[in-house]
Parts: sequence; structure tokens; C-alpha cells
Amino acid sequence: MTTITRENAATVTRAEVEDFLYQEAALLDEWDLPTWLDLFTEDAIYQVPCNDDPTGAGDRSLMLIDDNRLRLASRVERLGSRKAHREYPHSNLRHFISNVRILEQDSEVLKITCSMLVGRFRANRETWYCARADYDLLLSGGAFRIRRKRVALDMTTLRHSSDVAIIL
Amino acid sequence: MTITTTDTGLGSHHVIEEPESRTFRVRRTAMTSQDVFEAERERIFAHTWLYLGHESEIPDKGDYVRRPVGGRPLFMVRGAKTGEVNVFHNTCTHRGAAICRADKGSQKVFQCFYHAWTFDSEGELKGVPGEDAYVDEIDRAGLALQKVRTESYRGFVFVTFDPEIEDLTTYLAGARQYLDYVVDAMNGEVEVVPGTNEYGFDANWKLLVENSIDGYHASSTHDTYFKYLQTLGTDLSIGVSGVTKDLGNGHAVLEYRAPWGRPVASWEPLFGEDSKEEIAQLKADLVEKHGPEKAEMMTEINRNLLIYPNLVINDIMAVTVRTLVPTAPDRVEVTAWEIAPKGELPQLRQRRLDSFLTFLGPGGFATPDDLEALESCQQGFSSGGVEWNDISRGMGRAAQATDEEQMRAFWRRWRDQLDTTN
Repeated sequence: MTTITRENAATVTRAEVEDFLYQEAALLDEWDLPTWLDLFTEDAIYQVPCNDDPTGAGDRSLMLIDDNRLRLASRVERLGSRKAHREYPHSNLRHFISNVRILEQDSEVLKITCSMLVGRFRANRETWYCARADYDLLLSGGAFRIRRKRVALDMTTLRHSSDVAIIL
Repeated sequence: MTITTTDTGLGSHHVIEEPESRTFRVRRTAMTSQDVFEAERERIFAHTWLYLGHESEIPDKGDYVRRPVGGRPLFMVRGAKTGEVNVFHNTCTHRGAAICRADKGSQKVFQCFYHAWTFDSEGELKGVPGEDAYVDEIDRAGLALQKVRTESYRGFVFVTFDPEIEDLTTYLAGARQYLDYVVDAMNGEVEVVPGTNEYGFDANWKLLVENSIDGYHASSTHDTYFKYLQTLGTDLSIGVSGVTKDLGNGHAVLEYRAPWGRPVASWEPLFGEDSKEEIAQLKADLVEKHGPEKAEMMTEINRNLLIYPNLVINDIMAVTVRTLVPTAPDRVEVTAWEIAPKGELPQLRQRRLDSFLTFLGPGGFATPDDLEALESCQQGFSSGGVEWNDISRGMGRAAQATDEEQMRAFWRRWRDQLDTTN
């Protein structure tokens, strides 16, 4: 994983953030989910709002995914099981990350936004997810940790993609 | 493929029931045939009551939602004059363009963008640019937006394209009581939670009807979900036990006790100690209002309710309202909403929302596996090597939660409707 030599998040560059996001993408594409899970802080959240309610919050709206760390760990465990039928065997995945922008940064935390395109290929079916992803990244001990990852889908419905059984 | 049914109707060709040998079979072409798909549109979807939405989605005058029902574009708007729920075909009576062009909103006047004809929320034609071109007076009444026959039961709005069929309350038959349980447990104050699940998959819609009321597949298909519940501390040892019932007119229910708690008055540790007292009070109120037996049904018993042909209400750890619309023999579109009591305690609402998305949503730990199973079945049908599905489980005994009587109720009604040639 990227080691950041800086102590102060306020001086982190976009290139360093991009390196981190690319490496996160590689872990997902390689299905190394236990390592991926380690990127998240103990108080992390991972959210995917419903297509018709992109600003929805998990305490008042139905979401597609609204994981705390415990549920995220369960999701990783599930996807490692042969009994996650929709993802056994696993899809071939490819995460594309672009348009990375640092929106805010102080000495500890960076707020990042980027565009995300995820290809999912399994059993003669191809599915594409297009989204805006927002992150809160914590710089601690020379490495980034994800405190918040929120993926708002651009598709107006999931009619064609069926589900979000993978991690975006 | 073309199906020859010279000696029997299309329905009876596909559904064979032999009580003496306790056999109930469904011919797999029911799920693959274009003829059957088209006959379903004509004989079922055009002659039943179909769920459109909930009255709470349009609380104020001029509020509207747009959505297709039975493959036809409609919109539902609360009339500014009458306050009534109006449902219209979403097409301009002049030359056909869509009148309502957003999924939801509020407006008192709907203007067609093509030639700018305007209609009010009661459907009346109000404005026609250059009206003097019509030498005789324009037929305003005849050119009003076309209404769809609409009735609601306790806030659930249904439409039908058949002016002749029975009223909605009669149609609902034994399903009414189960809708009452859901609504009464919310003290009649039901709201649709923001956020809609709109997904689709490659299988016949009737497979999802079966799946939605099938207790038999839960432990095998949803192992990872039950593991997750155990992680949260839920005690699964009580298992699932209950009954399945034919409620008349094709409606059916699976009702059962299960290990998980219910935000309506069935506490479990997951809800937190601080909500224990409130939940006990909720239950006491329901017992006082409805008596202990009905309160027990409302609070302790889970139900998966099918309202024929394509509405499923799962009243379990959360309450889902789900419609299934076929777009091809091997394609279905699902729309699912979550309903909840208005003014619910925030921690119970949070628990309800969590439960829905972890179990029932397309990003959850169970629904994707159902989709995989149903697509897998559909692929199996195409082999043609096996002609029948067997739906005999539990025939000849009082049907239990893992039996298939509720599916037989659906299929019998389906058979009878496909046998008609209206």
C-alpha cells in the first residue's frame, strides 16, 4: 500500500490520492477483499444510495448499501463464501477511476471526489456501473484510511444491472 | 414457440393437478413461451386489479407520481379541486405525447410539450393554442385526459383496465385481512420511505411470484444472510415454523414465526435496550385496541403475502411492497418500496431500514442470490430436456411454511384465467 511520507494531510497532492484510489481499485479487481477491508477505519461507512434518491441518508431513506464496519466485514466474509450464489464464481471486475478532485483537506482529513466506471463480467453477461464516488480519507501513520466511501450511481434504475452484489 | 391446445385451454395445458396422486405440475413452457406471455397480458393483466402506488406518496393537491402499470404508462395525481386520487393514461389526447414527464413532483397544470395543450389535475382540457382554428367548438369533455378505473384499499391504490370486473374490496377476498394486519400494526398511518429499488433480471415473472412466498428455499439459498444475523447476535435456534394458505382469487400467504425481531412490537437485542420499553408499550397499545389474538398476529407473525397477480407484501423484519412486471417471457422488472409507520421511533426506523437493505434489497445479502437462482431456473427451462416443474410439496396435509400450497393457489387462478378467451 502507498506509504505517504507526509505527516500533514494538508500537503498531500492529487497524484498521491490517485495512487491510493488506483490501489484500492486493484484490490477490488483482484478480489483481495480482506486486504481491501483493512483500508477502512473502525468507524467507517460504505454507502450506495438508491438510484432515485442520490442524496438519501441511511437513517431516513432506503439505501442500496449502508454498511458500518461490522456489516462491511460481513459483506467481505459473504463474498468470500461459495454460498454467495450471485458471486460464485466471482465476476471479472474492472474499476476505472478518473476526474479525481480534492475538495477539502486539513491536517488530518481529505475529502475526495472522483468518477467511477466499473465493468462486471460473468456468465456471458456484461454490466457497467457508472457513478460519482466521494471519500473521506484519513492520513494516519503514513497511510491513508477510508472513513467514508459513498458511491452514487448515475443509472436512473438498476433495470439492466440487476443488483449491486459486487463492491463498487 | 407455438403451443397446440386443442383439447384443453392454455392454462389447463400448463397446469396439471391430480389430487389422488398428490401431484401438482407446471409445464415449463409456461415460463418460456411467447404465446403464454401474450395471453397473460390479454387475459390476466388486462382483467385484474394491479397495484399502482400508495396514497401517502401524493399527500397534497397536485402531487403526482408517474409509473407504468401492466406495461402501460400512467400517472397518479391528487386532484386540486376534489382532493381525489386520479389516475390517467399518460398520453396527450391530441397527438399522443407524454403529459407527465417526471417520476414525481407537484403541479396543478400539466402541459403537453409537443403542441402545448394544457390539462388540470382533474384531467380537464384547459388550454389549446390557436383554438379558433377549430371552426366548431372543440370537444373539451371528449378530449379530457383518459382516466383509468381506480380504487384504493386502506391507502393502497390499484387500477384495472377492465370496466366490468368486481370492485377492489371483493377482489381482494381473503387478502384483505392480511392487508389490515399490516396497516393496523402501523395504526393506519402508513408512509412510503424515500428511495426505490428498481431492478430487473432474466427470468419469468412467475418465478419471482413463487420465490416471494417460498419458505422452502430460505435456509439453502440464504445461508450467508443467516450467518450475518448470527454475527449480530440473533438466536436462530427457534427456526421457522408456520403455515401457507390459499386466500381466494389467486391470493396467498405464507405466515410464520421466525428468529428475527420485528420493528412492530417484537423486540430483540439488536434493537437496543433503550427501545425495549417503547416496543412493549407499542404492543400493549395494539393488544388493547385489537385484542390479544389479532395483536399477536400483527406483532409476532411474519407474513409473505401475494396479491394476485403481481403484488407481494412481505411483512417481516421490514415491510416491503413489491410489484413484478413481465416485459418478455424471460424478463421481469421489479419495483420495491418500503412502507413504515409515520412518526416511528428513530432507532426502530433505522433498524427497519437496515433490515430491508440487508435482506431484501438488490445490494443486500439475500436478494442477489434469489436472482441468481431464478435466472438459473430459467436457463434450465431452455434445455427442454425436462418438461415439468413439480409443485406438490405438502399436498394432502395441512400446509406448513415450507410447503407449496400458496404457489398452487396462484397457479390455479393463473390456469383458470388463461383458460378463458376474453
